[in-house]
Amino acid sequence: MPIEILMPALSPTMTEGNLASWNVNEGDTIAAGDVICEIETDKATMEVEAVDEGVIGKIVVPGGTEAVAVNAVIALLLEDGEDASVLDGYTPSAGRAAPAAVAEAAPVVAAAPALAMSAHVSSGARVFASPLARRIAADKGLDLASVTGTGPHGRIVKRDVENAKPGQASKIAQSDVPDNMLALLSALRASTSGVTMSDEVVESDLYTVVPHSNMRKIIAKRLTESARDVPHFNLTVDVEIDNLLQMRKDLNARENADYKISVNDFIVKATAYALTQVPDCNVAYTDDTILKFKQVDMAIAVAIEGGLITPIVKDAANKGLAALSKEIKELAGKARDGKLMPEEFQGGTFTISNLGMFGVKGFNSIINPPQGGILSVGAGEQRAVVKDGALAIATVVTLTLAVDHRCIDGATGAAFIKELKAVVENPVALML
Amino acid sequence: MAETNFDLIVVGGGPGGYVAAIRAAQLKMKVALVEANHLGGICLNWGCIPTKALLRSSEIYHNMQHAKNYGLTVEGLGFDLDAIVKRSRKVSRQLNGGVGHLLKKNKVTVFDGYGKLNGSGKLHVEKDGKGIADLTSKHIILATGARARELPGMEPDGKLIWYYKDALVPDVVPERLLVIGSGAIGIEFASFFHTLGSKTTVVEMVDRIVPAEDAEISAFLLKSLTKDGMEILTSAGVKGLKKGKDSVIATLEVGGKTEEREFDRVIVAAGIVGNVENLGLEGSKVKVDRTHIVTNEWLETGEPGVYAIGDVAGAPWLAHKASHEGVLCVEKIAGTKGLHPINNDRIPGCTYCRPQIASVGLTEDQAKERGLKVKVGRFPFQGNGKAIALGEPEGLIKVLFDDKTGELLGAHMIGAEVTELIQGYGIAMELETTEAELMHTVFAHPTLSEMMHESVLDAFGRAVHF
Repeated sequence: MPIEILMPALSPTMTEGNLASWNVNEGDTIAAGDVICEIETDKATMEVEAVDEGVIGKIVVPGGTEAVAVNAVIALLLEDGEDASVLDGYTPSAGRAAPAAVAEAAPVVAAAPALAMSAHVSSGARVFASPLARRIAADKGLDLASVTGTGPHGRIVKRDVENAKPGQASKIAQSDVPDNMLALLSALRASTSGVTMSDEVVESDLYTVVPHSNMRKIIAKRLTESARDVPHFNLTVDVEIDNLLQMRKDLNARENADYKISVNDFIVKATAYALTQVPDCNVAYTDDTILKFKQVDMAIAVAIEGGLITPIVKDAANKGLAALSKEIKELAGKARDGKLMPEEFQGGTFTISNLGMFGVKGFNSIINPPQGGILSVGAGEQRAVVKDGALAIATVVTLTLAVDHRCIDGATGAAFIKELKAVVENPVALML
Repeated sequence: MAETNFDLIVVGGGPGGYVAAIRAAQLKMKVALVEANHLGGICLNWGCIPTKALLRSSEIYHNMQHAKNYGLTVEGLGFDLDAIVKRSRKVSRQLNGGVGHLLKKNKVTVFDGYGKLNGSGKLHVEKDGKGIADLTSKHIILATGARARELPGMEPDGKLIWYYKDALVPDVVPERLLVIGSGAIGIEFASFFHTLGSKTTVVEMVDRIVPAEDAEISAFLLKSLTKDGMEILTSAGVKGLKKGKDSVIATLEVGGKTEEREFDRVIVAAGIVGNVENLGLEGSKVKVDRTHIVTNEWLETGEPGVYAIGDVAGAPWLAHKASHEGVLCVEKIAGTKGLHPINNDRIPGCTYCRPQIASVGLTEDQAKERGLKVKVGRFPFQGNGKAIALGEPEGLIKVLFDDKTGELLGAHMIGAEVTELIQGYGIAMELETTEAELMHTVFAHPTLSEMMHESVLDAFGRAVHF
């Protein structure tokens, strides 16, 4: 009887995973400990090692297959002395009894052979948590994989799940669903428990080893994907903001003004307006479609302890400057306090990142997929400009647009940045 | 000249101080320990340990008195109080030497004297009123412990009015004994002398004995001691003591009435006060509240570089709490990662009266005060085979679970050997098991610990043997 190799459960919550690739072929002789394939979940990619030795008789699930149920038979291993003929007419027993929780999601028929493999986990798969923490997490609907443990060896204990906020964590786990609109940064949890570094900080003479927080893992994974898979191109313009500064001064100086509008608020408003004028830049790319958004939900990058997050100003084009300014202030405060609700940082159709306050002249951002564009805002500074053939002084900001070439072409991007420049330089258009 | 600069100085060599010193030495610190009296502190010399030695004698005596129940005959049964006390002192001496050896092994420098803060990072050590050393360190831990609270007009005289130190080296088993206070100390001495034949009266101010325990345990103990012939007066007070030649007239107030009663000896065990005097605290930012040094959860006082652990830092006054605080304090100083403040809800407590009491976590009343809905499980000793075989059918194990989460909130036990059982629940709490893991755990048969299992089962209506 051939040994069945089953799809392993790499974490307590895993019900299915992608079989990324096989490292062996049918007919190969393998020894215990050989890496035979790689499996992906939403949280990690893991190498799977063989437990038994033998000859790979049949690869049942080919490499590149997505959503393979836990405990499904993925290959058959011939034991010593067996030849491929035993595979003729062999029906896999369809797997081993799964733990109850898994069985509900991925029903499998209980049957015999021992799990013929072990998983070599290369990044955080098994979740160590106390029974009490598990129960409280289950009651609250928390995904333990996204909770940082503060107990011995990073074990998740009661205080960790009590402090974690329900809802947010599980959203991250779902963030790979194809049609979901969670953007990279938006997917990051606001919960401080996800940001807190693990206690298992190892000291050495040469460096301090800081294990990845969940936020760090997501930033690394998504930005790598974006930088690798999204064909970026950048369009840069210098924009004079003297008119804008004057308008800002006038507005803020109004009697009884209960707002204080910043330059960034103007840029957000202007960008939202420009996107309504060039709606082909307010888009997202998916495998089969381009989504053209009907309103501008502006994601604004906010640096927080341990990472960053992008709260969303919904329908930014239709909000007045004062309302916009207040909302941005409030969202940024909540972001830094770790109090954003999921709906406040999920979604978003376009992102603005402003590093002007650090004196950065201009920079290129990495797109936050599946959004089609991101605008990088530099510092406003006085520069020498040429006007009517003579040198003059103007306050200038460098704006750099990064777009996904799969859904926005050069001319479209240029049309947007031209519109944006026009409205920033002549902000009275915002009155329209 | 001897070294006077250290990485850490610990003032007090009790279970808080010496454990802190050893932990610091393990973490490669150069450590000084200043102790004026006995290494091992009150616990080892005048508290936990010597009382356990005395109580072991009275327990064996009790068993011999009941030898017939086991088919044994004892003739000429009696005791030699001197020998009992001698054995107790010997036990303390042995362990005291052991602590000295451990400190030496860990290269802790011990100074024999009183330590006094003398400005920032400085400690002056005195012996018999003379300065013997001036030490410096960035970190000074005060672990000076506590002593019995003296009641006005009832000061110890070593003859008629005893405090714990006198009661540990009694010259006589008093015919009529009055014990003031029914906390762990009072009730243990009451138990010891009562077993040896004293006609014992215990006076407790509040409405139940061992007031720190769960009310059900208090009630159980009251019933057991009363059945044994001990007199227990609750909601009662002692208005005054009038000393005679070889007896004391006590004015007792019970239920609003006063009466005069004659006793041969009085033991005062009415709480403790912290040893905060002559430590040089006056010139520092160390705050003292009702004889205890105020610290934060990391045992830091108001004065940078000065810490306080154990009894002097406040309740619960337990040796194991002091030791644990010592370790935590030192590791915090050393910058150890992953530390957490001590959770007082997980510190077990043991009282060695007969029957013994052991508990950890919240009492039922405390749980309710916190607004928790609890599931209560109980299992009596009568339902346990081992208890019956031991001839110890008297006792109870009670557990409390959070109704919502299944968290083990508290465990309360009374009966034979329960002090050795409580740690099972202590580990369960620290590991945050729910009732499910406790139910799944296989408890060995025949043991008293099976009652721990049954009690958990009972909380969920599943007890098998009762």
